Amino acid sequence: MNFLRLLWVFLRVGVMGEAAYPANFLAHLVDSALELGTALAGLALIFAHTSTLGGWGPDELVALIGVYFLLGGVIGLVIQPGMEQLTEAVRDGTLDFTLAKPEDAQLLVSVWRVEIWKMIDVGLGLVVLGIGLARLGQRVGVAEVAAFAAALVAGAIIVYSFWLILATTAFWLVRVENILVIFQSVYEAGRWPVSIYPGWLRFALTFLVPVAFAITVPAQALAGRLTLAVLGGAWAFAVVLFAAARLFWRIGVRHYSGASS
Amino acid sequence: MTGLADLYLQQLKTGIATMLQYRASLVIWLIGNVLEPLIYLVVWTTVSRSTSGTVGGYGTRDFAAYYIVLMLVNQMTFSWVMYEFDYRIREGTFSADLLHPIHPIHADIAENLSSKAVSLPFMIAAAAGLTLLFHPAFNFSWAAAAAFVPALVLAFLVRFLVDWTVALAAFWTTRVTAINQIHYMAVLFFSGQIAPLTVLPRPLQIVANILPFRWTVGFPVELLLGRLTAAQIGTGLAIQAAWLLAGTLLVKYAWRVSVKRYSAVGA
Repeated sequence: MNFLRLLWVFLRVGVMGEAAYPANFLAHLVDSALELGTALAGLALIFAHTSTLGGWGPDELVALIGVYFLLGGVIGLVIQPGMEQLTEAVRDGTLDFTLAKPEDAQLLVSVWRVEIWKMIDVGLGLVVLGIGLARLGQRVGVAEVAAFAAALVAGAIIVYSFWLILATTAFWLVRVENILVIFQSVYEAGRWPVSIYPGWLRFALTFLVPVAFAITVPAQALAGRLTLAVLGGAWAFAVVLFAAARLFWRIGVRHYSGASS
Repeated sequence: MTGLADLYLQQLKTGIATMLQYRASLVIWLIGNVLEPLIYLVVWTTVSRSTSGTVGGYGTRDFAAYYIVLMLVNQMTFSWVMYEFDYRIREGTFSADLLHPIHPIHADIAENLSSKAVSLPFMIAAAAGLTLLFHPAFNFSWAAAAAFVPALVLAFLVRFLVDWTVALAAFWTTRVTAINQIHYMAVLFFSGQIAPLTVLPRPLQIVANILPFRWTVGFPVELLLGRLTAAQIGTGLAIQAAWLLAGTLLVKYAWRVSVKRYSAVGA
């Protein structure tokens, strides 16, 4: 598991780099807590007027917000910073050094920068998820948790592959940071189950910006409403997208002409 | 006074030229400003469909109308100065602005207006698209439209003054993200963005009437939708005018005490 070893190394470096600024921990905690508070207050407001939203109960939506924060934290922790650095490295030619390393370059660029404070979002997401689960109570059994874990991993792979494809376009388009920012603003739509959106938007959130697989599907698993067909579909999509991203990355690297060549 | 008018005209011209150069960031703001009201539109129409009656006086098609108008009003009144001030002060680019013989808020207002000029056609197209998709219930009246114009101008000015005052916090602390987040939350809840104000619990409605935020977004929206009586419109415009006065004084005072704290290399 080369990937885990490398990720661990870069995480440790990240912690060492940021440990010099302990006050940042509190600042980031306040930011994340405020964001979470906003999301939960919005839920409280909605469920003051209705008992279900598109078939989802309040506890299920709390769990969904947990998944939203958890995965958003993972994206902010390692995927987004790495991909942003990749677009920069392509532009200024420093990707040369990375390509010359004996390790697989895709693996390196995927973990080479971590935004360590996003661990707070991961932690808060887990807490909210736990609260949602506790409130759902006995309805969540071993099968649901296993399906949830499988769906979450598939969702993470889909989001990662999607980001890699976007960032790889930098080999041709050079300035793509803005495309990455657009993903971030569309990700917000995932705070609600995609089933409430009208068809065209649901399609866009499933296949154009795959928020549905990343957030709604795992949360559905916890609510016990995930069919095996959907889970299988999510995994098939994850595998295909990952392979496509890998292929696209290879073509991109071949297209790359560095600073020294 | 012609000096100031010339300044605005020139700033608008350069502002529009700059906006057209940096199209990508314009697109990003546009997507955000369409997507957020769209999400709440979908959420609340879903809620109102599941409860057979109305929510806070709004039916399904009323929510659609509310959020389509809100999207336009929000676009016309929003600013991003509080996100830019932090950078300006931290990087010291503010030094040059301070040397201008005129208050820096004018350049900001002009820049903001030029972004609106560029983005308005897209927002109207988005509103037209959403109208086709969600069948909103508009009841248009010329009287409401006439009162809407001053209400919108006042809303823009009040919101800009409040945003600018909040932005001045960057003079005092380098951690403005938390302040911006609190401000964002206040706007979200009390301006009518997360839900029309009549949907909020009674105590929050009272708070919303006291704070400036309702008068910068929710009030013009409700006005145009014909949800307010003539008396309510009159009172609202008076409150907006009062906030404009208070905001002007606040900016003047806050600016005086804040700018003294500025220091940069060469200053």
